[in-house]
Amino acid sequence: MPELTTPPTTGTARVKRGFAEMLRGGVIMDVVTPEQARIAEDAGAVAVMALERVPADIRRDGGVARMSDPAIIEAIQNAVTIPVMAKCRIGHFAEAQVLQALGVDYIDESEVLTPADEDHHVDKWAFTVPFVCGATTLGEALRRIAEGASLIRSKGEAGTGNIVEAVRHLRSILGDLRRLSVSGPEELPTRAKELGAPLELVREVAERGELPVPLFCAGGIATPADASLVMQLGAQAVFVGSGIFKSSDPAARAKAIVEATTHARDPAIVAKVSRGLGEAMRGEELGALTTRLAERGW
Amino acid sequence: MAKVGVVALQGAFREHREAFAALGAEVVEVRTPADLSGVEAVVLPGGESTTITRLLDLSGLREPVRQCLHAGTPALLTCAGLIVAAAEVLDGRPDQVPLGVLAVRVRRNAYGRQRESFEAPVRIAGLAGGPFPGVFIRAPVIEATGPDVEILARHAGTPVLVRQGRLFGATFHPELAGDLRVHQLVLQEV
Repeated sequence: MPELTTPPTTGTARVKRGFAEMLRGGVIMDVVTPEQARIAEDAGAVAVMALERVPADIRRDGGVARMSDPAIIEAIQNAVTIPVMAKCRIGHFAEAQVLQALGVDYIDESEVLTPADEDHHVDKWAFTVPFVCGATTLGEALRRIAEGASLIRSKGEAGTGNIVEAVRHLRSILGDLRRLSVSGPEELPTRAKELGAPLELVREVAERGELPVPLFCAGGIATPADASLVMQLGAQAVFVGSGIFKSSDPAARAKAIVEATTHARDPAIVAKVSRGLGEAMRGEELGALTTRLAERGW
Repeated sequence: MAKVGVVALQGAFREHREAFAALGAEVVEVRTPADLSGVEAVVLPGGESTTITRLLDLSGLREPVRQCLHAGTPALLTCAGLIVAAAEVLDGRPDQVPLGVLAVRVRRNAYGRQRESFEAPVRIAGLAGGPFPGVFIRAPVIEATGPDVEILARHAGTPVLVRQGRLFGATFHPELAGDLRVHQLVLQEV
């Protein structure tokens, strides 16, 4: 039977969201060198986030945090076979264009970097490469999806090793989703106004009872039990930033978090992999912070 | 009612579960060898093949799943699942040892990175109802097939859906297509 010769279409919503589906149940790890990227891949990471500095160091160093040097991103791309993501500043579409030109697999328009535009996020529909964006509430998640994000992650409070903010954001987003799913059609225009999100998208989400794109957790994961917690709360995969390479034994901790994410609902396995991992990252009480990264973006 | 076991270590297992459930099958998620009990068809889903391979070893599922497929249990192997089941993997990790049950040689990420992921309709031999929506995500390419492997569909000259006995291997994602015909093909074998 002759094959069809219809030309392929790239950059469709299905291809972008579908790629996010392929990352489900996995761990995406922040790395700053090719060596760290290889440790992450060895441990079973589904993707790495190529950075110049992990969030804990960005927080410590202060100053303006920007897109990573392309040379660092390319060195990491060459070191591993798994997908490589990278971050651009909120609203900095020129950084996003550079990342797309580099062939980055996912762009994180991230509050961890210093925002470039205080009114507008990147028009993500204009790109072939998919985008992930952070959110603290359902309204924020829906605004990012309306702008073209194909994956949403909780913001958490990056670089703190403290899971409390990620839990707050997940519970807020998932709780509001449940409330929306029992709202009557006459309530939805008011809910859309309250959420600050397009009515069509609010109607779609109310009918499905879930976001039209996957919801992952980021910000503060430092232990296998943290990963188990957020997966059981309803996250579909986890980003681990500083939690791995700021711990005393990154390779062992990375492997343990991978297993705990897959077997999140099996406490015997989470217990087994949590043994003898050495020191977790030290972490920060939120009250002690001078900068709240989660407040960036709107 | 057929009982389908979807290997749920990592990846797009939920979409397969929903597809088979929509066809009336009983679906279980497989994370440990005990979960395979009574399963009449197996799915190895898409995801990250290096991660899934590693988790198959850690969970003790490698040998039970291999035996299941080797014994001719109907199976749907999509994208990473096809790589995991293949006889030979190119551009993989050196320690990425596939199950070796499906006689194909596959090259990982052969079309390029996510930027090059695409949709294209494919014509499937023996499948009524017109072309099937092919969703190819960082897809592998089947570079060679063994004598017992039948090629059911091609794209750009290479096989994208193959069959060996009751094992079906796709480089694309029928679970993302909103079209249940490929899942139906597998279920007919139970």
